[in-house]
Amino acid sequence: METEKSKGTPLELFWTFFKIGAFTFGGGYAMIPLIEKEVAENKKWVTNEDVLDIVAIAESTPGPISINAATFIGWKLSGRVGAFFATLGVVLPSFLCILAISYVLRQFERVQAVKYAFFGVRAGVLALIIKALSTMFKQCPKDLTAYILMAAAFAAVAFFNVSVLLVIASCAAVGLAATLLAAGKEGAA
Amino acid sequence: MIFLDLFWTFFKIGAFTFGGGYAMLPLIQAEVEAHGWMTTAELVNFIAVSESTPGPFAVNISTYVGTETGGLFGALCATFGVILPSYIVILLVARAYEKFRESRAVAGCMSGLRPAVVGLIGAATVSVGQAVFFPGGISLAAITTVPFIASAAIFALMLMLLFKKDLHPIKIIALSAALGIAIGYAFGL
Repeated sequence: METEKSKGTPLELFWTFFKIGAFTFGGGYAMIPLIEKEVAENKKWVTNEDVLDIVAIAESTPGPISINAATFIGWKLSGRVGAFFATLGVVLPSFLCILAISYVLRQFERVQAVKYAFFGVRAGVLALIIKALSTMFKQCPKDLTAYILMAAAFAAVAFFNVSVLLVIASCAAVGLAATLLAAGKEGAA
Repeated sequence: MIFLDLFWTFFKIGAFTFGGGYAMLPLIQAEVEAHGWMTTAELVNFIAVSESTPGPFAVNISTYVGTETGGLFGALCATFGVILPSYIVILLVARAYEKFRESRAVAGCMSGLRPAVVGLIGAATVSVGQAVFFPGGISLAAITTVPFIASAAIFALMLMLLFKKDLHPIKIIALSAALGIAIGYAFGL
């Protein structure tokens, strides 16, 4: 173990990730700059390159990116205990906040002005979803297999009511098979 | 048993979602609608709430649905469920994350999952669009009504602000809420 790097006690980890959880609106990728600033620059628990690695892992493992990143950094710093406290910290602000809101949201939704606000907001959210769709399309591989999977996943759910879980599992399997086949061909040539 | 159902449903959502933010939407939509926990319009309203409150969308929605259907304990079950797959997988992967990152199998699965997520969000966009523009069902007559024209105008404006000005999601929500209220009272919707 390096001695010059401070490793963070469970309480410090909890508090750092609690702050990150409390100040990220929208979650996911919005959290990454905050993690860089708090965990890499301020606390120097990990380097900026580590953060890039962590994001790569968080993207290719199931679950929300912010939870994956918190668990991973916590584990890296102080094992299972660290992972537990970092994850608890990042989750707790949104848990408490929504818990408080959920008791009033239904009553609130009956107010006429709020109804109008949500009427406008739904159109705005649709625009946000389309923006997210375009961002994810840009990050996506652009080859024939990818386009076919995209179209198949879309059609299966939009027109044929196929289960989303089944679509996700099948597309992963097709991607795996295509990659292994291509690798096999390369190996044979 | 509602608590077990909440835990298991959100466990599946956590286990089968790859990527951040809106990547979770298709699966969440499928599950909460199948259970009758939320309508599409309520889900879209909640996306706006989630964008304006701290933390990851997955945690926000699991806490909300949990509270609505099973009180505090329901919220705990649902949130614990959505986090658990991440937690377990990261602890398993963290030990050998170099190997995981270089793994051809992981890259293969991801090459199928990325396009799948794009297709699935595309399908979610269609159903959200339907809920926004045609809440009473698709009909030609609906497109001459004030709510349709107002929604279309707000949607187009927000889309432009997102793609041309890269406006922050919270500002999009605040602005579309304000427009909704103004139009709502002006036309007595």
